Amino acid sequence: MVTRKSTRKPNVSAEELTTFYREMLLIRRFEEKAGQLYGMGLIGGFCHLYIGQEAVVVGLESVTEEGDKRITSYRDHGHMLACGMSPDGVMAELTGREGGYSKGKGGSMHMFSREKHFYGGHGIVGAQVPIGAGLAFADKYRENGRVTFTYFGDGASNQGQVYETFNMAALWQLPVVFVIENNQYAMGTAQQRSTSTPDLYTRGAAFGIPGEIVDGMNVVSVRDAGAKAIAHCRAGKGPYILEVKTYRYRGHSMSDPAKYRTREEVQKMREERDPIEQVRSMLLTGKHASEEDLKAIDKEIKSVINAAADFAKDSPEPSLDELWTDIYADAVPQNEVA
Amino acid sequence: MATEILMPALSPTMEEGTLAKWLVKEGDTVSSGDLLAEIETDKATMEFEAVDDGTIGKLLVDAGTQNVKVNTPIALLLAEGESAETLPQAPEPAQAGDADAKAVPAGDPAKSAPPSSKPAPPSPKSAPPSPKSAPVPDWPEGTMLRQQTVREALRDAMAEEMRADDSVFLMGEEVAEYQGAYKISQGLLDEFGSKRVIDTPITEHGFAGVAVGAAFGGLRPIVEFMTFNFAMQAIDQIINSAAKTLYMSGGQMGAPMVFRGPNGAAARVAAQHSQDYAAWYMQIPGLKVAMPYSASDAKGLLKSAIRDPNPVIFLENEILYGRSFDVPELDDFTVPFGKARIWQQGDDVTIVSFGIGMKYALEAAEKLAGDGISAEVIDLRTLRPMDTATIVDSVMKTNRCVTVEEGWPQGSVGNYISSVLMQEAFDYLDAPVINCTGKDVPMPYAANLEKHALVTTDEVIAAVKQVTYR
Ligand SMILES: Cc1ncc(C[n+]2csc(CCOP(=O)(O)OP(=O)(O)O)c2C)c(N)n1
Ligand SMILES: [Mg+2]
Repeated sequence: MVTRKSTRKPNVSAEELTTFYREMLLIRRFEEKAGQLYGMGLIGGFCHLYIGQEAVVVGLESVTEEGDKRITSYRDHGHMLACGMSPDGVMAELTGREGGYSKGKGGSMHMFSREKHFYGGHGIVGAQVPIGAGLAFADKYRENGRVTFTYFGDGASNQGQVYETFNMAALWQLPVVFVIENNQYAMGTAQQRSTSTPDLYTRGAAFGIPGEIVDGMNVVSVRDAGAKAIAHCRAGKGPYILEVKTYRYRGHSMSDPAKYRTREEVQKMREERDPIEQVRSMLLTGKHASEEDLKAIDKEIKSVINAAADFAKDSPEPSLDELWTDIYADAVPQNEVA
Repeated sequence: MATEILMPALSPTMEEGTLAKWLVKEGDTVSSGDLLAEIETDKATMEFEAVDDGTIGKLLVDAGTQNVKVNTPIALLLAEGESAETLPQAPEPAQAGDADAKAVPAGDPAKSAPPSSKPAPPSPKSAPPSPKSAPVPDWPEGTMLRQQTVREALRDAMAEEMRADDSVFLMGEEVAEYQGAYKISQGLLDEFGSKRVIDTPITEHGFAGVAVGAAFGGLRPIVEFMTFNFAMQAIDQIINSAAKTLYMSGGQMGAPMVFRGPNGAAARVAAQHSQDYAAWYMQIPGLKVAMPYSASDAKGLLKSAIRDPNPVIFLENEILYGRSFDVPELDDFTVPFGKARIWQQGDDVTIVSFGIGMKYALEAAEKLAGDGISAEVIDLRTLRPMDTATIVDSVMKTNRCVTVEEGWPQGSVGNYISSVLMQEAFDYLDAPVINCTGKDVPMPYAANLEKHALVTTDEVIAAVKQVTYR
């Protein structure tokens, strides 16, 4: 039931690698900019950066099809960018402006896009897991062949509702991929201090859910594991677990001094395992791209991010009337038939 | 163009900080991710990293400087090819990202003064009015007092009770090695060890239940919820198990324990992290509920809560953690449950509040005094039991009442007080009681909306003017 990542030479085209590079870099630069705007007081509250984890969402999004769904926690900026939501709209939500995806009312942790089938952005650890299974329930009910990616952290994987969900997802054979983004820390708690057994992907075994461990710093490995998982779900075989081993470079949120790990540990990850550097060197050593080509991509992304930051600063604050809107609906928001 | 490096906001509530140490000097080249300085915030010492590549041209703020406002330029970074000589002598103060000035607040949403776009916005004055006028202090005359933050007072209360009773232990997320997500348990792991200060996995329903079992088994658990928003995961154990078992067992067993943590809105953390649960827990028979405002009450009530033979919900507030108040220097200072504190005596109106609501109540009372309206300000301190006798006595004197709380209007604490007054002091009321509450909306994230969602001092003043027909 468990497969380890293969050591075969990855089967990936130059074009695909370039796309991975571009998409991961977009997330990295976006997050760096968000950190900067937070420091300037333009973003407030909690802001959880995704730097270091880019390969997870970029790899998995590359195997999805139109209509597939995704849901995650508060560490959500990367997921939104990877599923095609606009950097302008996401950044403007971070600054709490009218042009944000939730008109400034949700903030960093609570953003949604019906158009991109992104179901949030959830601030309560673990709460998105049953909801993700519920999305899959709806898809199975409608027999539309869609799959839901339900992302959660190593810390969240200890919440009771995760196991209640595993049971139902297996019982009802729901088309849901549970993606455990194991970045090895839940706030200041290293995984081994909170978890009785080292592996999280085996936790579905008691419910009959297959799982595997994935190198989350390698976007190609993530893509391959994702393809296998999604095929399993689409074939009607029920849920699948991917425990993706990854790492966050920054503190848990902006206010975390991160004294629970050494700088050397972070530095080592950055230097030896960085997902973007890995793709960069694959592109260069495979002669798929020149330094110049990559510089051009860097430049292009910088300008996208600068434009997003400008948009997020210039977009007006929501009008005070917005305080009182969207509390009750007059009709069900345009219902989705995918 | 040299880039100004600005004093960063490093936490949701930080407005200023201490530049503890420079980790670079003028002339050093830095690249993105390199450490520049250590900065002390209201909660922690943080390392501050470079965002851009370049050479440090000038350090503008000396190491050790305190109270450096967020967004003050602290250094100049030179791009490739620039030299320090080309720098202007006195660098222009940075505008906050040349953005709309209204979006700058990184701080306390409860403070209503709009931040200016200047680099060092003056911190709105928010020191609580002096508690000197409190007519009935909770300590004997002549007791030595010292200034302590609510944070320190809570920690001291737990430490004193843990020293006195070895069945008392603390459990929760990040309470031990991390020293508390909000640093309330600072130092407790060192003193009491990992047997008594226990980091839990993120599994609120589970560990709340484990703690209830431990209480049934004879221990005195203190459960810290990182915030009360997450206690909703555990609410079944709190209510169905902790609160009701004494009754269901015909008095054979109960759950002597404390559930504590920050409650209510912090700053810009939006709907899922900004809820006041006072009215929820106040409704439950079998629970006791405390919601202190001052540091002395935080300490005295928490000590009483730990000793109480019943489950106690202890609602703290993140914004109050850093506030300082007089705390008596007594070996064993406790505050009883069910006894309100009259912060200020007055004749024209009774303002009743609790927790952070007291901030608005006291500010309003001070401003109203300037208009010749004398307000009596009552801090309930505990909501269950609630000292309604003190409220009724006061209203019999003033004939008017305004309640203040942060929670939602429907089914609020103020609603309950209004009904008590209607039943027990109807003939004394010269005006309908007004309940000032948070707005009837989930908490929005946007800075301007958040400010409007909270109850404000101006609303309290307007309510008082309405009930006093001024
Ligand atoms: C129910 C609940 N408990 C506690 C928290 C506070 N909290 C926010 S994130 C977090 C750590 C979660 O870690 P993990 O699931 O590993 O995700 P990561 O942050 O590493 O992405 C905690 C304890 C919360 N938001 N919700
Ligand atoms: Mg984690």
